[in-house]
Amino acid sequence: MVFPGPVPHWRRERRQAIPSGESILKEGRINLSGKVVKVSGPLVVATGLADANMSDVVRVGPQRLIGEILTMKGDSASIQVYEETSGLGPGAEVVTTGAPMSVELGPGMIEGIYDGIQRPLEKIVEKVGPNITRGVEVPAIDHDKKWPFTPVAKVGDQVTGGDVLGTVPETEVVLHKIMVPPTMHGTITKIAPAGDYTVLEPIATLTTDDGREVELPMMQKWPVRVGRPYQHKYPPKRPLCSGQRVIDTMFPIAKGGTAAVPGPFGSGKTVVQHQLAKWSDVDIVVYIGCGERGNEMTDVLREFPELKDPRTGESLMKRTVLIANTSDMPVAAREASVYTGITIAEYFRDMGYDVAVIADSTSRWAEALREMSGRLEEMPGEEGYPAYLASRLAQFYERAGSVECIGSDERRGSLTAVGAVSPPGGDLSEPVSQATMRIVKVFWALDSSLAYKRHFPAINWLNSYSLYLDSLKPWFDENLGPEFMRNRTAAMSLLQSEASLNEIVQLVGKDALSPADQLTLEVARMVREDFLQQNAFMDVDGYSSYDRQEKLLAMILHYEKLCRDAIAKGAPVMALFQIPAREKIGRAKSVEAEEYPQVYQQIEQEMAQEIEAVSAQGGEEA
Amino acid sequence: MIREYRTVEEIVSPLMMVRQVEGVTYDELVEVQLHDGSIRRGKVLEVNGDTAVVQLFESAAGINLADAKVRFLGHPLQLGVSADMLGRVFNGMGEPIDGGPDIIPEEYRDINGLPMNPAARDYPNEFIQTGISTIDGLNTLVRGQKLPIFSGSGLPHANLAAQIARQAKVLGDDSSNFAVVFAAIGITFEESEFFVSEFRRTGAIDRTVLFSNLANDPAVERISTPRMALTAAEYLAFEKDMHVLVIMTDITNYAEALREVSAAKKEVPGRRGFPGYLYTDLAQMYERAGRQLGKKGSITLIPILTMPEDDKTHPIPDLTGYITEGQIILSRALYRQGIHPPVDVLPSLSRLKDKGIGAGKTREDHAGTMNQLFAAYSTGKDNKELMSILGEAALTPTDLLYAKFADEFEKRYVNQGYEENRSIEETLDLGWELLSILPKSELKRIKPEYIEKYWPKKDQQA
Repeated sequence: MVFPGPVPHWRRERRQAIPSGESILKEGRINLSGKVVKVSGPLVVATGLADANMSDVVRVGPQRLIGEILTMKGDSASIQVYEETSGLGPGAEVVTTGAPMSVELGPGMIEGIYDGIQRPLEKIVEKVGPNITRGVEVPAIDHDKKWPFTPVAKVGDQVTGGDVLGTVPETEVVLHKIMVPPTMHGTITKIAPAGDYTVLEPIATLTTDDGREVELPMMQKWPVRVGRPYQHKYPPKRPLCSGQRVIDTMFPIAKGGTAAVPGPFGSGKTVVQHQLAKWSDVDIVVYIGCGERGNEMTDVLREFPELKDPRTGESLMKRTVLIANTSDMPVAAREASVYTGITIAEYFRDMGYDVAVIADSTSRWAEALREMSGRLEEMPGEEGYPAYLASRLAQFYERAGSVECIGSDERRGSLTAVGAVSPPGGDLSEPVSQATMRIVKVFWALDSSLAYKRHFPAINWLNSYSLYLDSLKPWFDENLGPEFMRNRTAAMSLLQSEASLNEIVQLVGKDALSPADQLTLEVARMVREDFLQQNAFMDVDGYSSYDRQEKLLAMILHYEKLCRDAIAKGAPVMALFQIPAREKIGRAKSVEAEEYPQVYQQIEQEMAQEIEAVSAQGGEEA
Repeated sequence: MIREYRTVEEIVSPLMMVRQVEGVTYDELVEVQLHDGSIRRGKVLEVNGDTAVVQLFESAAGINLADAKVRFLGHPLQLGVSADMLGRVFNGMGEPIDGGPDIIPEEYRDINGLPMNPAARDYPNEFIQTGISTIDGLNTLVRGQKLPIFSGSGLPHANLAAQIARQAKVLGDDSSNFAVVFAAIGITFEESEFFVSEFRRTGAIDRTVLFSNLANDPAVERISTPRMALTAAEYLAFEKDMHVLVIMTDITNYAEALREVSAAKKEVPGRRGFPGYLYTDLAQMYERAGRQLGKKGSITLIPILTMPEDDKTHPIPDLTGYITEGQIILSRALYRQGIHPPVDVLPSLSRLKDKGIGAGKTREDHAGTMNQLFAAYSTGKDNKELMSILGEAALTPTDLLYAKFADEFEKRYVNQGYEENRSIEETLDLGWELLSILPKSELKRIKPEYIEKYWPKKDQQA
């Protein structure tokens, strides 16, 4: 066992079951076939499959529809078919491929758009036109395209799973590392020289400890329902900067963390998800459109190539993989789509990258689970969802994390998972929301009443939470100064006070409040309108750097401090609220990105002078 | 080869079980011939060995277990489509009922359609001017969008839908390739007649395809009706390059028919007895709207649904809202105040508006004024509420202006009636006129240069 680092016992056990990646060159062994006896929507029962394995991928009927074995009973198997089964009847042939549902991993995935079972949608358009017909067979990654490979490993190197054999510049911003498949180890006896190769041409030969020679191509396969191995998991310590003020400052998520975005329809879930996919400071984004609108995926597909990544200056599409199983596409493939997405993400994490998986929406995935469960006639749990809903959700989110990757160079990677939840009627007491809330560490609660007021992002500051604040504090203190966390706490308590003061205002009116309380209300309003609100559709305001967030909030709180001092000296409240600098603070978020440090400084100066003037005047009158 | 069986073993309307069948496939179309020669149709829901479960599209009354002959036709339910369908009226199963000749189909299409590849979609971004301020100005409709109207029993959704159908146009575009596909799903004769006479009055009837399943037609037929309509729309849009507006009313009746069949199948019910796959089922219909790359035509879909008890969280509006790109919500409170059309602006939404507005499409100031109007109306309504509790004296002068703004907004902007057709410029200018009730410094959401340019002149004299 040359598996570096301590490997937990349970994982050592399971390693036997996970594939080595060596079988892919000899694929196509088809030796088992059965006959369909029952068809009910996407559920097909076939007999004569006694030798098939559980979870094997099968091909059903003359159209070779793709399916997966869900249950086995004697020689009959229940199969979930990932395509429309119209026209299928008893007697049709079922052939097992002998392998579980897997994805192809290698150069060529970035900038791609796949369906839930990793079929390239753009290739399908070329092949069959604008509608998706059945039984289309297109390889997931282009098997014929040649990629420029540069070897890193040398002949004679002792390598183990995860070690880098060479690199391929897949896009301008992604250097694709070709790794030894996870469970292999041995000595390199041959490595290809730098040059152009297809993903199937062997680029290295490995002699294993027991003397076998294995040829390794650039492409690997991995079963989607099994998490890819890693050495260690660490508690996440670095924040993921999304450029969204309410997220980064108020409810930050760590790289390697998990978050959920629940909200009723129309509250802006998808916009929040899109903003995260656009501006997160990660190396790779995997966006899973699971059972959602077709036009939303089209939007991503058309818009991302136009947008520039603020860090690299390259198009955002050059770091993005899209999985689109829209709501009109077959429901069984929707169930697979989240696994397909997270497996691709894990593969990039293994290269030592920071990866974000954004799944919109996990509720649709849960519904797909429910539909299949119903057809299997399983005993339903809450609201018809299967009893294993919570454990499946937990398994998905637990594949996130900040890890030391396999391989001997101790590189670190992270996988951040963000899932949207679409609770029916916006009611968070339903099973999917509840099960999700038990797992995730960050909760951005979207609120339709904020959305009606066009307060976007409509993340409710009173109901949301982030459990990463403590673990991220050292990073914030070091990189943004201790002021940052202090200001955040101050802003949160202002918003809290506002909520309780508003109850009093409802009863007695604003005028009855003390000047200090009036100031609290006014500054809380500034925090809401001038800081938390952010216009995703405006170029300047769409993305806000951490430094800028820190300065903007500091400015608002500085205004509060100066006013509080002035009020203590007897300055009139209304005059303080009406100083011209106030309006400038209100427009501060739309200042161009290059100019903001100077502009903010200038506003601060004006603000101080004007408040000074008001309090001097006020003092005279008094 | 058509196979015929007399082995009907069990009928629990609308399901029928046929034994000893051979070579039957899932989703196949079935014809049942009664002893008097009449034909009923259905489809295969499940095949298990030599047993087929058939769902009838029509009533099962009169079927005799021993006499009925069952034929399996070897293909799913299809609709024969042709450009000659324009100007014609069909029943819910796609048969002409206007006394005219049968359609000679140019091709037959499976009414379930095929999922549209997201990579082949073209993003909808062409502004449709409906002439209704609350839609054009605040919840802009674009070509290829699916925008439902959430209504309640007794609210004038039919008038609003007819107004949209009558006034909708794309600026600078000729209207010769415009068509309406109308699906009446379980509505009353009177409601259906309102639309027919409305189309006739405006001359739109020649460009309209009507599918009519009225309240007294079999409920199970309702499951096919919207699919028939969408199949015809797809043909007109993507084969004949037409811009098709599909109006479907009432989706609530459709969902209830689906529940009826699901209950007969003894499926595990989801919320309120609706089947767990209601979302997927609705999505497979709604998602057929849109545009395709390289095709000239488009399908814009306006489903109308009545919310039971005006409850937006009821599964039908709820799931619809999760699929469609926004919603127009009608308000009973506004209706009672005599405001027409009673569009409840705040919870209404068009998700695609941002792509369809701005310089070159509507006007450069559109986005800013839209957000400002929303925010101001929302603040104004809050202030009015506060005023009713605490009295006018409790409000600051600015708060009072907001309250006044909210009143004027409802009276002038929302309340335009069903006949007035406002151009987008008129709508935007009216918005500015209303915003000028407020002090300029409150307009934080509009770029300062637009305020300079569009602030109404009369104010500068004052």
